[in-house]
Amino acid sequence: MDMDVIAGAVLLMGGAGILLGVVIALFARFFKTPSDARVDLVLELLPGANCGGCGKAGCADFARSVVSGENPPSRCPVSSVEQVNAIAMALGITAGTQGRKRAVVRCGGDTLQVADKVNYNGVADCVTASLVTGGPKGCRYGCLGLGSCVNVCPFGAIEIVNNLALVHRELCVGCGKCVDVCPRGVISLVNAEAEVHVYCNSPEKAPEKRKVCKVGCIGCRKCAKYAPDKFTIEGFLASVNYEAQVLPVREDLDNIKCPTGALLSAEEHHYIEKHNPAWEKSEK
Amino acid sequence: MNRLKSFKGGIHPEYDGKSLTCERASVDTPLLEKYYVLLAENAGRPPLPCVAKGDKVKKYQLIAEHDGFVSADLHAPTSGEVTGIVKISGPLGIPADAIEIAADGYDHGDAPFDILENWQSEESALLMERIRAAGIVGMGGAAFPSHVKLTVPPGKKVDTLIINGAECEPFLTADHRMMVEYPQKVVTGAAIMGKILNVSNVIIGVEENKLDAVTALTQQGSELNVKVETLRVRYPQGSEKQLIFALTERVVPSGGLPADAGCVVQNAASAAAVYDAVLLGIPLVERIVTVTGDVVKNPGNFRMKIGTPLMEGIKWAGGVTEEPGKLILGGPMMGLAQRSFNVPVTKNTSGILLLSVGQALNFSDSPCIRCGRCVGACPMKLEPCLLCSFVEGGRFDLARKGHVMDCLECGACAYVCPSHRPLVQQFRRAKSELRKKK
Repeated sequence: MDMDVIAGAVLLMGGAGILLGVVIALFARFFKTPSDARVDLVLELLPGANCGGCGKAGCADFARSVVSGENPPSRCPVSSVEQVNAIAMALGITAGTQGRKRAVVRCGGDTLQVADKVNYNGVADCVTASLVTGGPKGCRYGCLGLGSCVNVCPFGAIEIVNNLALVHRELCVGCGKCVDVCPRGVISLVNAEAEVHVYCNSPEKAPEKRKVCKVGCIGCRKCAKYAPDKFTIEGFLASVNYEAQVLPVREDLDNIKCPTGALLSAEEHHYIEKHNPAWEKSEK
Repeated sequence: MNRLKSFKGGIHPEYDGKSLTCERASVDTPLLEKYYVLLAENAGRPPLPCVAKGDKVKKYQLIAEHDGFVSADLHAPTSGEVTGIVKISGPLGIPADAIEIAADGYDHGDAPFDILENWQSEESALLMERIRAAGIVGMGGAAFPSHVKLTVPPGKKVDTLIINGAECEPFLTADHRMMVEYPQKVVTGAAIMGKILNVSNVIIGVEENKLDAVTALTQQGSELNVKVETLRVRYPQGSEKQLIFALTERVVPSGGLPADAGCVVQNAASAAAVYDAVLLGIPLVERIVTVTGDVVKNPGNFRMKIGTPLMEGIKWAGGVTEEPGKLILGGPMMGLAQRSFNVPVTKNTSGILLLSVGQALNFSDSPCIRCGRCVGACPMKLEPCLLCSFVEGGRFDLARKGHVMDCLECGACAYVCPSHRPLVQQFRRAKSELRKKK
């Protein structure tokens, strides 16, 4: 190739680059916005997930609100206790108590447990699907399992297995994005310390639930009888009292022996078919 | 020969399934033991039941009273006893309230309204009140109460009444049979509504594949100054905006009402119901329903009482020859797929369609290949391919700018899409999101 052409191009592009670089440098010099060094400091200490779990638009917004005293550093659900303390130390303020939350999908109805009412083959998105006959799943309150929550989770903490959303506890920070997007309202944020949950969201009467689902809570009150302070029952639906002094633990489940398998520990929720007495029976 | 009137865009399926039933005269159906009259039949607010469990009702008796202006009365389809207000699966797939009536087998009741033989000299207000009291709604699809449509909003001027006899949905022939068998009812009903609106220009638009209906209506129409116009066969011609354009070349502005184009559109079956209400004194409790599909043994048209479970309709048509792949209430394009055979016939049920497994379309999530066929098919001149990608990306604001709110949900785009993308469903999502934000 002709050397002149190459030299011309290098000169032209290089010249333009130098010229524009000078312009940018001048702009940076004369139009500089004074920034608060403390905000930058806090921003550096924050995890930078921009999840919005604190209620602010993102980490930078949250950093400003911490510096202005609107929020304590502990409002960030992603930071560990050490990170929160580091922010508090840097600013010389109190860290506050974190009160960690985690998302719980209050449904155990995967494809093996819940009958589908229709053969749905439309858009694979829970919100869109719920506009068609209220969604394909037989239960009107359970997880639709099409993954709208998976798509919004910034931490990859939710996984769909057999049309049921499962929360990976170690990844979930409790930002609440999934709670907002779920058309069924089946996800809730609860005390992160709790290891036992009632995996059912249906207020229907027990016979109606049994028609469509093998693992729905039937409101038998076994759990409430065993530990009245740890469980509350409303109609046909039990729920864990997350405000209780002592939260129910895994060992309690062996004593309660939930007959439907709606009451599970978070680990067991991942292997739901193994913990459903009804399902085991039908398999044998 | 002049080119027949129509609109731009739209589709016409090669096989429209009308030949299955268009020659089948509507037949009466035997009395059933139980009827389930859905409360939420009309667009707008559902009426409030005014009967209770254990009440004896006569045929034509008022059983639910309108709640507000945009609401329609309901009447007993037969005589018998109200056995309760029960939750049954409704046409939308979610449980709905229905009045359960156990028939006593006599099916008797007197016409509740006096007959207005000289309707031409009666006051408009009286005729309008009669249409409201008879619970007449748009029997083509949306079930919008007819008296609301006939009330012209203040400041608007209406000079044309259009009767929709297009019946562009494939497979359905209920309106076709109505126009062939009862042309006098349709024409007179149209003239009555023309008088209420005080317009002289009353047009019945009928598609070219129903020439027997055109002949029948033209014979009756000349006397009452009701014009009949033949239209080119095109879907969705029966949509208000498309029909108005086809007949008058006027365009309803985006987000506007037909009244903005000086028109009011009513369905042909609704016009016949107006005739019944004014000249026979009976409310709307019965309609012609097409039971059809390639798996139905004896497809045909049946005069069914409102509240008849779908299963009975299919039984009257001889049942099915093979396992159906899809049960649809209405036509194949805009009808609602059903999951229960117990859903009752409502005032706007024009057809019960059973498609074989092979005919039911399976959507796929294959990517858009930008072929632009949907753009050509869209009767509202939207760009479905573009809108769809906006919705998939969650940019509902861009979808609004692309006028997704003007989408009729007619399904022409999804019909022509070679990737079988579920376009209409995406637009429904966008519409629901945008309505939420308002």
